[in-house]
Amino acid sequence: MSYQLTINGTSHELDVEGDMPLLWALRDELHLTGTKFGCGVAACGACTVQVDGVAVRSCSCPVEAADGAIITTIEGLGGPGGAMTTLQEAWTAHQVPQCGYCQSGMLMAVTALLAENPDPSDEDIDKGVSNVCRCGSYPRVRAAIRSVAQAIATQDATQDPTQAGATEVGEATSAEEM
Amino acid sequence: MGVLSRRNVLVGTALVGGGLMVGVKFSPDKRLARAREMLENPGENLITTWVKISQDNIITVIVPHAEMGQGVHTSLPMMLAEELEADWDLVTMVQAPAETIYANNALVKGYLLDGKEIPAFLNQPANWSTYQLGKYMDMQVTGGSTSVRTTGQYAMRVAGAAVKDLLIQAAAQKWDVPARECSARLSQVFHNKSKRSASYGDLAPGAAGMTASASPKLKARDDFTIIGTSKPRFDIPGKVNGSATYGIDIHMPGLKIAAIQASPVFGGKVARVNSGPVTGLRGIETVVNIGDAVAVVGDNFWRVQSALINLDVQFDGGGNESVSSDTIYATQVRAIEAGKRKSNVSSGNLDEARVAAVTTVDAEYRAPYLAHAQMEPLNCTALVEDGKCEIWVGVQDGLATRAAAANALGIAKEDVTVHLLPLGGGFGRRGGGVMDFIDRSVRVAAQLDGPVKVIWSREEDMRQGAYRPACVSRFEAGLDGSGKPVFWSNVHIMDEEAEAVHIPDSVAAQIIESVEAPTHVPYGPWRSVASSQHGFFIESFIDELAHMAGVDPYDYRRDLLGDDPRMAHVLETAARMSGWGGALPEGRARGIAVKKSFATIVAQVAEVSITQGAVRVHKVWCAADPGDVVNPDTFRAQMEGGIIFGLTAALYGEITIEQGRAVQGNFPDYKMITMADTPEIEVEIIRSGAPWGGAGEPGTPPIAPAVTNAVFALTGTRVRQLPLKNHEFG
Ligand code: FES
Ligand code: FES
Repeated sequence: MSYQLTINGTSHELDVEGDMPLLWALRDELHLTGTKFGCGVAACGACTVQVDGVAVRSCSCPVEAADGAIITTIEGLGGPGGAMTTLQEAWTAHQVPQCGYCQSGMLMAVTALLAENPDPSDEDIDKGVSNVCRCGSYPRVRAAIRSVAQAIATQDATQDPTQAGATEVGEATSAEEM
Repeated sequence: MGVLSRRNVLVGTALVGGGLMVGVKFSPDKRLARAREMLENPGENLITTWVKISQDNIITVIVPHAEMGQGVHTSLPMMLAEELEADWDLVTMVQAPAETIYANNALVKGYLLDGKEIPAFLNQPANWSTYQLGKYMDMQVTGGSTSVRTTGQYAMRVAGAAVKDLLIQAAAQKWDVPARECSARLSQVFHNKSKRSASYGDLAPGAAGMTASASPKLKARDDFTIIGTSKPRFDIPGKVNGSATYGIDIHMPGLKIAAIQASPVFGGKVARVNSGPVTGLRGIETVVNIGDAVAVVGDNFWRVQSALINLDVQFDGGGNESVSSDTIYATQVRAIEAGKRKSNVSSGNLDEARVAAVTTVDAEYRAPYLAHAQMEPLNCTALVEDGKCEIWVGVQDGLATRAAAANALGIAKEDVTVHLLPLGGGFGRRGGGVMDFIDRSVRVAAQLDGPVKVIWSREEDMRQGAYRPACVSRFEAGLDGSGKPVFWSNVHIMDEEAEAVHIPDSVAAQIIESVEAPTHVPYGPWRSVASSQHGFFIESFIDELAHMAGVDPYDYRRDLLGDDPRMAHVLETAARMSGWGGALPEGRARGIAVKKSFATIVAQVAEVSITQGAVRVHKVWCAADPGDVVNPDTFRAQMEGGIIFGLTAALYGEITIEQGRAVQGNFPDYKMITMADTPEIEVEIIRSGAPWGGAGEPGTPPIAPAVTNAVFALTGTRVRQLPLKNHEFG
């Protein structure tokens, strides 16, 4: 069976089993390895990508369920030429990653959260980001989210707040200054 | 080439110091040849083993440690750049390959200088103790919080200072002025009298013909401009945009993917394997039986892992099928009661103190097996061909990896090449003593043509662990009329480093002993090693004594630490930060603990409540004295991470053994804390100027007792066995 996926703006025909998890299609078929394998059972979030704008744990999303979908992975989060999103810049400013292995998934999950809720409360963050970081970067994840939310809050009201790290499906986010 | 061999003498001398037993194992020429391979571009001059300076004035520091998130790829270059008087904006780094010239010689010196034994984490299952001391030169270690303390202090700083002297000499010669009239700053040498200056890059070729001082003068702490300032880590950008390539991300033409399963009963063998059910499945190439494990090889991890699950394979557990956590604890208790004891500490007169004591208290504590659960599951890519082996892997110890591969294949170490990649977490699981995953991967590769990436499923990773050992520890203490301890008696499982089981010297009569109770369960170093369980035991029991004496737990400890101003200061700082003794919200209580591990002292106060029957930690105040600190922000991150790591274990961590095998296999049954149960954490760093201590490990030990001591204050329930999830609170 062949499936059609648009990944980071590029269309791919994938001839794989329909029940192959999207994670392993990305990693072992397309060699897009920014999306990580942590548990394989939807329990850690290391494999989080966006499917049609929704954060999805790709280890537990069969390719057939993503047929025709528009997918964004960490490689497609920033703008062209490696420009980083506001959220990625906040991640750097707060020196969030330690080993870094969970951070692709963390960034994808937080990006989706902020797209939906640009000014999340602590509770919203707790509920919306259940990714595991074994290195314990959580305090910095929270601080980085807050700094971005604050930046959005103080931004000119005419600007579209969802641009701050949030991707419209299939579109690469423009990198903005915080 | 004089300078290069002279430079090697410099490094050798600096590393060897007065310790003749270490010796200079490698001839300068060999060092030179290997070191020269580090030169990537024409026009670069290799000035020491540790640093190169290009003509465009870029300084590249060669770091012999793996980066696993502890920031060592930035902090070690900072130490070198400090002494080199480098412009930090022009400094970059590369990781040294796992070649013998980069063996962690400084590690050996660090421990010799401290008058310490080789650290316990090196003494673990591989039984390094049978090695000659010189063999430690063959290790390239990241673990035991040693990077900054040893490589940084004894190699990076010395090399930086020596290179600076060379560059000054080169400038003096070029300008025909006395070297003492020249000074170095921001990657340039200045001669103020004649108002001349030259960049390091311009001077580097000239310096390559000169003799370096074997013992250059190091800067005083007060003159530091780089050390002690927070610098962004070099490794962060690649970890934010997904471009960092971990071992598991390696790809190359012809690469096969393999899933592996070893005997679930540790140490067992493959009894029978029938590959029929998976033959001909899409993407499956072959099934490999390596005796103690089977691997399914193919083109996609999902395909090979699915096939592995369907494979018809039977294992022979080798007689350990009836071992369980209960039988292990029972064996440990028996050993404590009747086993042969080895004394670690013995001071004062216990018999007299026993008579003098007004009250005695005893308690038995237990800590379970723990898995590392590093985020990146174990994996190793290997190519075995023509009697040679090439490996791509993220490990804490490149040279032990090389040795493990050579051993497994029966080839010379020189025929193994290791490409070190960033680690998706290590915490000890990717350290030198626990190279089972290298051993198995290369044995799988040996049966195949071409390279293979062997990936452990999360379940396989967790069930084939190198666990933090389960441990029983018994205490007895006697208090005098004022409640002060007059004797302390402790017997626990496994001989450990003195630092882990140490208690304040103010307790006059002490006996600390260990017994052995070996099991078939593999174990290894786990973040903070023995201090993780012993920190919990000791700091809990001291808390018991405080309550028995009716004294505030902070005041009680403060009193016990009367002879140890440095430790007392850390304790005081944590108490001050938290406003210890002040009013608390309804339903909350606080606990305190202090532990020295890896030469860093850390005190923590935890504030807890019971929410829906479970312990909830709201806030942690952490005071730490590592002597000094290179990159304060990184150190703070290590404290945060260490606390969260230890808190996860305290709340949830438990690997139970049933039928000779590990029960838990993945995050649903080996729970990790997430954003929702992470407390607010406040860290204060004390730069006392004491000898440098570690950063990666010492944040972990105090958190479990700080939390359980708070639980006692709140509920009156003394938790003597972790994890907390197994206890019920009203
Ligand atoms: S790998 Fe998908 S959630 Fe863990
Ligand atoms: S940074 Fe290591 S797991 Fe999150």
